Amino acid sequence: MSIANAFRELRKRNEGALIAYVTGGDPSPKHTPRIVKALVEGGADIIEIGIPFSDPIADGPVIQASDVRALNAGTTPNTVFEIVREVKKTVNIPIVILTYYNIIFRRGVGRFLESASRSNVDGVIVADLPVEEAEEYKNHAEKNGVDTIFLAAPSTPLNRLEKILKMASGFLYLVSVFGVTGMREHVAQLTMQTIRKIRPYTINRVPLAVGFGISKPEHVGSVISCGADGAIVGSAFVRLIEEKYGDFNGLLEELTAYAKIMKLATKLRSQFD
Amino acid sequence: MSRIVYEYPRGGKYGRYGGRFVSETLMPALEELEEAYLKFKEDPEFKKKLKYYLEKFAGRPTPLYYAANLTEKFGGPKIYLKREDLAHGGAHKINNTIGQALLAKSMGKTRVIAETGAGQHGVATAMACAALGLKAEIYMGAEDMKRQRLNVFRMRLLGAEVHPVESGSRTLKDAINEALRDWVTNVQTTYYLIGSVVGPHPYPMIVRDFQSVIGFETREQILVQEGRLPDAIVACVGGGSNAIGIFYPFIEDEDVELYGVEAAGEGLESGRHAASLCAGSEGVFHGMLSYVLQDENGQILTTHSISAGLDYPGVGPEHSFLKSIGRVKYDAVTDEEALEAFLELSRLEGIIPALEPCHALAYAKKLAEKMSKDEILVVNLSGRGDKDVEVVANRLGVKI
Repeated sequence: MSIANAFRELRKRNEGALIAYVTGGDPSPKHTPRIVKALVEGGADIIEIGIPFSDPIADGPVIQASDVRALNAGTTPNTVFEIVREVKKTVNIPIVILTYYNIIFRRGVGRFLESASRSNVDGVIVADLPVEEAEEYKNHAEKNGVDTIFLAAPSTPLNRLEKILKMASGFLYLVSVFGVTGMREHVAQLTMQTIRKIRPYTINRVPLAVGFGISKPEHVGSVISCGADGAIVGSAFVRLIEEKYGDFNGLLEELTAYAKIMKLATKLRSQFD
Repeated sequence: MSRIVYEYPRGGKYGRYGGRFVSETLMPALEELEEAYLKFKEDPEFKKKLKYYLEKFAGRPTPLYYAANLTEKFGGPKIYLKREDLAHGGAHKINNTIGQALLAKSMGKTRVIAETGAGQHGVATAMACAALGLKAEIYMGAEDMKRQRLNVFRMRLLGAEVHPVESGSRTLKDAINEALRDWVTNVQTTYYLIGSVVGPHPYPMIVRDFQSVIGFETREQILVQEGRLPDAIVACVGGGSNAIGIFYPFIEDEDVELYGVEAAGEGLESGRHAASLCAGSEGVFHGMLSYVLQDENGQILTTHSISAGLDYPGVGPEHSFLKSIGRVKYDAVTDEEALEAFLELSRLEGIIPALEPCHALAYAKKLAEKMSKDEILVVNLSGRGDKDVEVVANRLGVKI
């Protein structure tokens, strides 16, 4: 299923999307497909799989540590493409790759997107690629039928947002706070304000998903009821993996259970649109 | 050569290098910084203040010293040393930190963050911030903090807070990562004071402009002292700020040959080095497209150099450009060669140089063999070696 279709289906059911992030190859490549399946069983609507990078400057300590585990386990971009291809055989939801631009640049932008497309990757998120530098990337992504998920931030002025929306497909990834990825106690007032500010510009154009610091069911509920089309949960799942991978079957159960309560919170969508 | 086409790099590009590869959150801040810089750069009040602090606080101009003993020893061209080791703090770093701290203050920012490797940029930032009444917080790799304890203490004496960085290789590149993470979190109140001609646009341009005082002075001084321009200029390149600083005002003088010298560490073939331009490949790192040391998948490699200031896997994008058009020749010298130059300059000239410019000195020695006695060679002596005596003593097996 494409990303657009996934959001369309959810909209019909009046639900928001639960988008779950894990780092590919954490704790090792053979674990990732089963981790993804556990999250899907719990109700994740879209899965983001990170290609680990040595210097993940947009990430907080939890995801940094997962990158280190994955790299130490020998994970490469090809490993992650393999994982996606395998997962896609059994799971009919969109899979999105998240990485840093050097991983793409090093392989060659065209070659990277061809590999992504051949592995049935539905979309790509690049943490450090603003629209100004993205023309070549966008062209190759379009050619290969891969969605380009761009980021917007609380600091993004409306004229920039317009440029971003022209390039964005799949969904718009709204960074909810000033900062890096990681769990936070509360959803900031700023997050709500930003959703309300941006939402009128995305509606009927591209779904709006909110990430960074969304780690509890009540956070998911807040951003969805505020008007977001999806909530992105990363560090909370990655932290579980870090703490529990020693007992892998137990971990899978916990991931499913946690995804379930997070998913439940996406059904709190208000009726205002 | 025609005009310096990249004087003001449109879109932050030097040829295909440079640019802005950062999180969306930082884009508006970089635009704000660029706008502020372009405004204050031309502001008479700002220029007056900068001049004042460079002269009265940093001790500029630094001398261009004729190294008679070295000249005799090398037996070739006249060797001149641009004495950045005599600038306040003992290195060229203060030129940039004074400029950027003034800019931060003009922009109304009250908190300044910076990264540091060997600690020289951290100390220079702490000095400039203390002088201008700004709060400084410095990120430094935990490994570097151990190697450079004295500089950690100096920063603290100057009122700066030093944050150890425990991630990655716990050196300069990780300190930059952590500073970027801080900046993205506190971007509304905080000025990020980058220490070299690296990072996303406009930093490579800003740092180059503040450091080019080295080259402009050199130009004036050599014209007074010798009545003509030099035949060659040599500078070491880590991130590349002292090199760009001395090269920049000579870029259009085709007859002046420019040489950038990287750290070959234990030898380029050993894999333990920090020579991005000589042995790296194009990549996107720390917000810029430039040469970088990476593996086949694009993971950034850890580097090695006897000199902490050159121990960085990237290099400023303008250097990548100057390499691509062939204007500057880049080469690398080993730890061993740098160490020899350290001992030689100390004994011959009574100047203990930092290990970074020892790379330039070692290369100058080789270059001198191919030059004639009526030629002139300038070496940018970018810093003094007090910070390195412990490393050198260890290396020589001497207990101090």
